[in-house]
Amino acid sequence: MTAPRATGVPILRLGDVLVTGLLNELDDQSAVAFTDELTERIAGDGARGVLIDISRLEIIDSFVARTLMELTTMARLLGARVIVAGMRPAVAITLVELGLQLTGVETALNAEQGLTALGWHRMPRPPGEARRDAPR
Amino acid sequence: MTLHGEWLAGSELIAQRSAPTGAPATSGRTGGRTGTTGAAEPAAPAGGPGGTSRFNVASEEDLLTVRHAVRAATVEAGFGLVDQTRIVTAASELARNAYVHGGGGSLEIEMLTRGGRRGLRLTVRDDGPGIRDLDEALTDGFTTGSGLGHGLGGARRLMHEFQVHSVPGEGTTVVVARWNDR
Repeated sequence: MTAPRATGVPILRLGDVLVTGLLNELDDQSAVAFTDELTERIAGDGARGVLIDISRLEIIDSFVARTLMELTTMARLLGARVIVAGMRPAVAITLVELGLQLTGVETALNAEQGLTALGWHRMPRPPGEARRDAPR
Repeated sequence: MTLHGEWLAGSELIAQRSAPTGAPATSGRTGGRTGTTGAAEPAAPAGGPGGTSRFNVASEEDLLTVRHAVRAATVEAGFGLVDQTRIVTAASELARNAYVHGGGGSLEIEMLTRGGRRGLRLTVRDDGPGIRDLDEALTDGFTTGSGLGHGLGGARRLMHEFQVHSVPGEGTTVVVARWNDR
């Protein structure tokens, strides 16, 4: 398996923010490939912010933690701010017990709050439109 | 923190160094991988077909397979979500160690019951170069590979029981267990 392989992880662009997520099935090679792809996209798209949704990760071991920390540092060197969003509570507990604090990695409770931190806000609804969800 | 309390209360934590020969077999698991279960300890298979299953750890795909298998076993043993996550994470660290540092190995999952409690024991073996300095290897931040150096020490903190047998040049065996307190 020496051929370069696609990570299969979509990276969406919203203005100057890249939005992506990690899948639970991420293996080591894919993690490295994802790092390469994302840094290239940051440089190529001139992104100023990156949101990485990790709500599907059922575990974060030291390898994945290292990947996230390195990604954050690389992005920062490229002028982009990374927010890791949606960590599961059980994962947070385990990470701390493992001795990993994801030092330097900015986090948010969920993708929405992460995007808000990166400057994205809900559009006010046009007047007259039926409200589909409760106001915040 | 509950972690710390469990840790001290457990008092089953053993960081056993590789005594030359005849190391005390506290876990009843020395050698003989397919042999009978150690009689020293009532570790009967609990529920499900076959209390013990063994997996090779020779590729990255194997790491994922092992994770799935361990997850399924934790569910079967009735562990809660946080414990499931602890055990799968520990398994991932140990399996990766065997794969990266040991050049491949195996992971064995055993269902345990003792005094009405259920538990899970993982035995991770490799035939790699062994661990030269166990204290060093258990120190957070010490790494010879691509991780963060929290693998072995982290796995120890995530589990109730922990043993390492390592002989330089012959390989490493790590045995960990966690009991279900629910």
